[in-house]
Amino acid sequence: MPSARSFKGTIASRGYAEGDLFSLSAEVRTYQASGDTGTETARLRLAREAAVTEIAALIAHTEAEAAEILEFQLAMLEDEALSEPALAAIARGQGAFSAWQVALEAEITTYLASDNEYFRARAADLRDIMQRVLRALTGAAEIAPPPGTILYGDDITPSQFLTRDWVQGGAVVLRQGSAASHVAMLARARGVPMLVGVAELDGATGDPALVDAEGGMLTLSPDGATLAQFRFAATQSRLRREEAAAIAHRAAATADGTPVKVLVNVATPDDVDAIDIAICDGVGLMRTEFLYAGGLPDEETQFAAYRRVVEWARGKPVVIRTVDAGGDKPVPGFTVEEANPFLGLRGIRLALAKPEIFRVQIRALLRASFLGNVSVMLPMVSLASEYRAALDLFREESERLTAAKVRHSIPVLGIMVEVPAAAISPELLSEAAFFSIGSNDLTQYVMAAGRDNGAVAGLNDVTHPSVIALICNVVRYGEMKKIPVSLCGDAGGDPAAIPALLNAGLRSVSVVPAQLPLAKLAISSVRLEG
Amino acid sequence: MSQSIIEAKVVITHAVGLHARPSVKLTKLAKAFAARIDLALADAGPWVDAKSIVKVMATKAPQGATLFLRAEGTDAPDAIAALVGLVERDFDEGGSHAVSP
Repeated sequence: MPSARSFKGTIASRGYAEGDLFSLSAEVRTYQASGDTGTETARLRLAREAAVTEIAALIAHTEAEAAEILEFQLAMLEDEALSEPALAAIARGQGAFSAWQVALEAEITTYLASDNEYFRARAADLRDIMQRVLRALTGAAEIAPPPGTILYGDDITPSQFLTRDWVQGGAVVLRQGSAASHVAMLARARGVPMLVGVAELDGATGDPALVDAEGGMLTLSPDGATLAQFRFAATQSRLRREEAAAIAHRAAATADGTPVKVLVNVATPDDVDAIDIAICDGVGLMRTEFLYAGGLPDEETQFAAYRRVVEWARGKPVVIRTVDAGGDKPVPGFTVEEANPFLGLRGIRLALAKPEIFRVQIRALLRASFLGNVSVMLPMVSLASEYRAALDLFREESERLTAAKVRHSIPVLGIMVEVPAAAISPELLSEAAFFSIGSNDLTQYVMAAGRDNGAVAGLNDVTHPSVIALICNVVRYGEMKKIPVSLCGDAGGDPAAIPALLNAGLRSVSVVPAQLPLAKLAISSVRLEG
Repeated sequence: MSQSIIEAKVVITHAVGLHARPSVKLTKLAKAFAARIDLALADAGPWVDAKSIVKVMATKAPQGATLFLRAEGTDAPDAIAALVGLVERDFDEGGSHAVSP
C-alpha cells in the first residue's frame, strides 16, 4: 500500500471532501481526415452546430449564474470569427480536427498571455469550446466521473463542472486553474471544495484522497491517523456551522458573559429581505454606492432606498454611510481619474469637492432620519474641518427643508476611522458623535498593502500589532470621552480576528449577513484577557 | 440617404473590464443596429468589429481603459448613444464594483 502524500494548493472554494481521485486525463481520440477540403469544411460546420445545440440545451437546464457563463461560450462559438482561422487552414488542405485544435490553441494562448487574471481565467472557457467541437468531430462521448469522486486535472471546463452531480459530495483539484475562474465561482456558489495550483501528483484514478480546502491541502492514500484527524476537522467544521446557525437568534456575548453588539452590513436594500431583523442589533453600515452604479441618483430614489431599510429595522439603529465613491469605486460624472485613487479624492474628500452632488444625498438622509433610528457616518475623514464642513451642509439643507415645510430631522453624525491619522489622533476628531472603524482600509493604509493585490496579501493583516494598537487607541479614547466605537470591516465577521478585536476593547461589530452566525459563535468562545 | 460616421469614447469603469458578460451584452446590442460599428482602445486603432465577441474579447480591455467607438450607417447616432450608455451604466451590473467599508 502506498504511503500518505500531501500536496499544498490554493483555496478556490472552502470545505472538506473525502473520495477517490478521478484523473481528468486527455481523452484519446481518433479522427480520420477525408483529404477533401469541401468535406472537412462541412464536418467542421456540422460539429460546430452540434456544439451550439449542446450548449443551448445545457443553458435550458442550469440556473442563472451558470447560464451566463454558457451564454458567453455560445456567443463565442456562434461568432464566425472564431472559426475563420480553422476554415482557412482547411482550405489550405488541413483536416478539420487539427485545423480546429491548432486555431483554438492559438486563441487560448493569447488569453493565457494576458497579464489580467480575469482574462487568463477565460482560457478554460475556450478549452471547453475547443473540446466540445473536437468531441463532436470524433463522435466521442464525455467520460462521466463517478459521483463523489475528487476530480483532478490541469484545469476543468465549466461544462464538465455543470454536468457533474455534486449532491453526493466530491471536490475539484487542479494543477492550473484560478480562484477567479468561472468554475471557482460555481464551486463557491454550490459549496463544492476546490483547490488550484496543486503540484503534479503521482496519484492515479481510484486512489483515496482527502481535500482540505480550509487548510489548502490534498492528501493521497492517507494513513489511519491522518484520516481520523481529517474527519475530526471536517466534523468540527460542520458542527461549528450547525452550532452557529442554532445560536444566531441569541444576543451575542463572550464566554465570560460580556455582551457584544452584532450588526449587519447592507450593500443594497434588497439585502435586508433575506435577513431577520431579530437576529441582529441593527445595521452598522448601509452602503450607498449602489445608488450611484447607474449614474447620479435623484433625491427621491435615495430617500426610497433609505426608507426601505429604516422601516425594515423597526426602530433598531441604522447607520447610513454617505457615498464612498473614488478609490476602487468609480462613478461616472462624479469621481475623477487619478493615478493613485486610494490616496486621492475619495469618500468625504470627493463629496465636499462636489457639494452640489453631496447636498442631494444629504436632503434624502435628513428626510429618512425622521422615520427611525438613523445615524449617518462620513467615510475617509482625516480632519475635523472635513467633519465641520459636512455638518454645516446638513444644517443648511435642514434649514431649506424647514422653509419648504418638509418633515425631517438632523441625524446623529459620526465618522469612519480608516485613515491612519484619525486612528492615531482621535482626539482631533472629538466632535464626531461616534467612531466606526473601517478595518479594511485602515489595515491597507497602515500596512501599505493594497487589499486587492494577492502578492502582498500576507501583509494585509488586521491582527498585526500595529493595526490592533490603533484600534485599541480609538476604543480607549472613545471610552474616555463617551464616544461610541464600532467596527464595520470584514475583520468583524472573521472568527480568526474576533478574539484580537474583542481584547482590543471593541464591543460592537458590524458584519456581512452571511458571516453573522459564525461571528456570534466566535464571540461566544472568547474569554477576555485581563 | 444620409450616411453619417459617428465617433465617441467612453471609460470602462466595470471592475474587471470588458470581460465575458459585458462583451456578450455589448456585441448583442451592437448587432441590433444596421450600422457598421467598430471599437478600439486607442484613437489610432487597431479597430475591430464591435459585433464580433471573439474580436471584442481579444482586445482584453481592462478597467479604466478608454473605449473608442465608431459607427457608420443611418442608425449610427442611435447605435453610439446606446453603446456608450451601456458602458456608462457598467453593463447594467450594479453589483460589479468592488465594495469596501
